[in-house]
Amino acid sequence: MRRRDILFALLLGLGIWQALVWITGAPHFILPSPWRVAQAAYKSRVIILDNAWITALEVLLGLLLGSLLGVATAVQLTLFKTAERLMLPILVFTQAVPVFALAPLLTLWFGYGIGSKVVMAVLIIYFPVTSAFHDGLSQTSQGYRDLGASMGATRFQFLRYVQIPNALPSLGTGLRLAAVYAPIGAVIGEWVGASKGLGYLMLLANGRAKTDLMFAALIVLACLTVLLHIAISKLALRLTKYAEGR
Amino acid sequence: MLDAPRIYLKGQHVIAGDHLFSAELCLPAGRWTCLLGPSGIGKSTILRLILGLETGGDFNGSIQASDDAGLDGRVSFMAQSDLLLPWLSVLDNIVIGAQLRGETPDYERAKSLLERVGLSGHQNKKPPTLSGGMRQRTALARTLMEDRPVVLLDEPFSALDAGTRADMQELAAEVLHGRTVLLVTHEPAEAARLSHQILVMTAKGIDIWPSPKAEIPRDITAEKTLSCQGALLEHLREMTL
Repeated sequence: MRRRDILFALLLGLGIWQALVWITGAPHFILPSPWRVAQAAYKSRVIILDNAWITALEVLLGLLLGSLLGVATAVQLTLFKTAERLMLPILVFTQAVPVFALAPLLTLWFGYGIGSKVVMAVLIIYFPVTSAFHDGLSQTSQGYRDLGASMGATRFQFLRYVQIPNALPSLGTGLRLAAVYAPIGAVIGEWVGASKGLGYLMLLANGRAKTDLMFAALIVLACLTVLLHIAISKLALRLTKYAEGR
Repeated sequence: MLDAPRIYLKGQHVIAGDHLFSAELCLPAGRWTCLLGPSGIGKSTILRLILGLETGGDFNGSIQASDDAGLDGRVSFMAQSDLLLPWLSVLDNIVIGAQLRGETPDYERAKSLLERVGLSGHQNKKPPTLSGGMRQRTALARTLMEDRPVVLLDEPFSALDAGTRADMQELAAEVLHGRTVLLVTHEPAEAARLSHQILVMTAKGIDIWPSPKAEIPRDITAEKTLSCQGALLEHLREMTL
């Protein structure tokens, strides 16, 4: 995407929004105009930034811990075939439980602070990262396996020098999914019970009919997610380039 | 110099009860043997059997070395696909065997081998930036780095252009001198140039085809090389009819 295109899309979006406000004639507590939202955002900038920082922290911590756990699990599944046979069905089964349904329980266990939100984000990204990386690790070509076997490779060294580098593009795919899911996890956690964060701020604003503030918080959240997505996409591209020797 | 053993293989290969082939062959110590035959007849399977790799079937028979020692850890191989790891430099690719075994790599020796295959100055490059010929030279250096007395080659030069292929054949004959080599190939010209012994594999078994007496690599234009190549090609054509 070129910068000019992005700017154009942005203006188009704002135009449609403003047009909807005019056409429907909705009151500002139902659908505030872009200008009103901008004003609210500026007026409440300190409170928005404060809460955005908390949400960003939850998302980043969740992403980091979830990815580490996912990578560790995928490596362990690859090294130990018994673990693979036992754990893979369990992992798939846990995906049948909607993570959102666990949010109240997590709040009960980990409290109203950021802990329960981080756990929520971890839970939601753990499976995509594990499954993408595990797939990548399992897809080592027969040629490499033969070469390793003929050279007398140990399982651990083969994993380190061949399988892991070879699976880095798949890990990148998993991380890109995680970057999309992690903010969802954190915000849902905040909805269920929190005293800080953008999700909390949105509920609060909604309750007081401050729809303009709610929109402002929503837009900041979207911007955070987009920034995260861009950063992780760059990282994923790097991983792919490394694995391809570019 | 290495003590390259003679290798003797005899037996039947069976997949899920279906008899695939019976084979009996002998690889003379320190010499080049070329194995030809129609696609799918089991040439690569023989190579995998000697390497001790999974073949997807059962082998009823024996594979023996003349010195009665096992073949484990004494065989290396080189395939049509160079199997270089794209994320590693040329030098790191050459020492990958030691890394995979958890040993400390001998970079000095690796550098001297690079020089020997004509790749000095390229040691820090990544494989995707190299030409097909240079990649196979790297793979050859990696095979030499393993320093095994038995070397199995599965059509390693077939994807190269004719000129590069001839260069690689000469280089391989030179650097693998004294080792017991089995080269699986589809090219009668390659067999005529490089074999001390030519074997032709059919569903019935393996036959020895007469090869020229001269030392390898043989002159491409020599009359004996050319007539061997021609007769071998005729024979392979008749088999596929």
